[in-house]
Amino acid sequence: MAPILQIKDLRKTYDGGFEALKGVTLDIEEGEILALLGPNGAGKTTLISTLCGITLPTGGSASVGGHDILKDYRAAREMIGLVPQEIALEPFEKVINTVRLTRGLFGKRRDDALVEKILRQLSLWDKRDTPTKALSGGMKRRVLIAKALVHEPRVLFLDEPTAGVDVALRKGMWDTVEELKASGVTIILTTHYLEEAEAMADRIGVIQKGELLLVEEKAALMKRLGRKKLTVQLRSPLSEVPAALSGFELELAEDGHALVYTYDSQAERTGITRLLAALADAGVGLADLSTHQSSLEEIFVDLVGEDAA
Amino acid sequence: MNLHAIGAIYRYEMARFFRTILQSFLSPVISTSLYFVVFGTAIGSRIESVEGVSYGAFIVPGLIMLAVIQQALNNAAFAIYFPRFTGTFYEVLTAPVNFLEVVAGYVGAAATKALFIGVVILGTSTLFVDISIAHPLAMVAFLLLTGISFSLFGFIIGIWAKSFEQLQLIPMLIVMPLIFLGGSFYSLSMLPEIWQKITLFNPVVYLISGFRWSFFGTADVPVGLSLLAICGFTALALGVIGWIFRTGWRLRS
Repeated sequence: MAPILQIKDLRKTYDGGFEALKGVTLDIEEGEILALLGPNGAGKTTLISTLCGITLPTGGSASVGGHDILKDYRAAREMIGLVPQEIALEPFEKVINTVRLTRGLFGKRRDDALVEKILRQLSLWDKRDTPTKALSGGMKRRVLIAKALVHEPRVLFLDEPTAGVDVALRKGMWDTVEELKASGVTIILTTHYLEEAEAMADRIGVIQKGELLLVEEKAALMKRLGRKKLTVQLRSPLSEVPAALSGFELELAEDGHALVYTYDSQAERTGITRLLAALADAGVGLADLSTHQSSLEEIFVDLVGEDAA
Repeated sequence: MNLHAIGAIYRYEMARFFRTILQSFLSPVISTSLYFVVFGTAIGSRIESVEGVSYGAFIVPGLIMLAVIQQALNNAAFAIYFPRFTGTFYEVLTAPVNFLEVVAGYVGAAATKALFIGVVILGTSTLFVDISIAHPLAMVAFLLLTGISFSLFGFIIGIWAKSFEQLQLIPMLIVMPLIFLGGSFYSLSMLPEIWQKITLFNPVVYLISGFRWSFFGTADVPVGLSLLAICGFTALALGVIGWIFRTGWRLRS
């Protein structure tokens, strides 16, 4: 089956000369959840805005369900729903009216039963006659989701759906995304939280400075990114890793004052207990222990380094 | 043609109007009454008649035009500026609509509101003066075209404006003087000869003249010219909006 979303060498250079997208190529299969991971300013929002019609591309092409986003914009846009990053709602309008407006805008006949279903699903039905300005931040975001879903799109873009949302709501959002996936909607979400991508996505794309560095199955990527370092401060410096410890992935650091053990935090056995026992057996005295997980920034540096190599 | 989208925008905009229907109704009634008290009674008592029409009746078409033009401009400009200001305009940009559908929805609603005000003022006027309408069909046509063309103009202002101050700038600084100097409250024949010539560069002259002709059968400029002017203005505004949507100026980055 052809991918539902095909992006070919998509480019966007803003009027000021800033290159926000430097030729992004990506296929997304129907029904999958893809998380686009990247720091602020990486081009995540520009990519989504371009696909949705808010920003005009300066090169390349993209199609949704086989419909070109520019030449065949009506058919393409009918299939797309967008939940923008910034909460934007008309303050004085009732929830139900703003949801109905969106359905009409997308060329669909008024359907009160569907609107009710969606509002109930998002726990907004009781608030249907409330002006949007009286809603909490989490509710406003759910109204935006309701608006994005009310024309029954097959592709849903969620631009940082949990930015500024508390922990409980974040979990709720993840559940909502699961439900949407179960109903067959393809979801592309952006985030700069590794944890969030991990919780929701099937595949993860890493984007930085307008370039898609890689797209991988989540499991494979998490394995790559899930490595941690255990640093063991030594009582007395060593000149080399003792032979008894050669079975471990160890490096000497800080002029022999520390041993660094790299391990997979996702693995069933991290090997830490064995290592500590082996250190004791070898008579190596420990002064202190610390562990460190690569931050997203470090991971990006790693990825860029690998790609350059 | 995405008719559902046109209907959705139109209904949404009209809902805003109906939320404040009392204000929408009362303010033109009060302002028209004030105009009649000041212009019609105080000044009108010193002017016997203009071109055979009592001064009170003479200013009715001008008063209606004044209100319709202002309402059309402000309603349309606000209707498009507000969603840009709150950020909700993204959904129009992402919707499967072309510019004519967007314009039909917003401008249709703005023109409807303006027409409503026009009719209210006409009704209020009958409380103060006797009015007979010589060409009712032409009157409705002029009212409609004026409402639509100035709603289109307002739509452009609403896209151009970057702040609420700018939103008011053109209606206050340019359009308002043009209306007052366009013969709303006087006949061009009352002006010195040189001003009669200069005033012909004011497009509003043609609107008010044509509209007044539909009431009293007399006009400052030929009625055909009035019709041509208003159609030309409408076409120009539509052309500009078409260009805005094609290039994405101030709408799409």
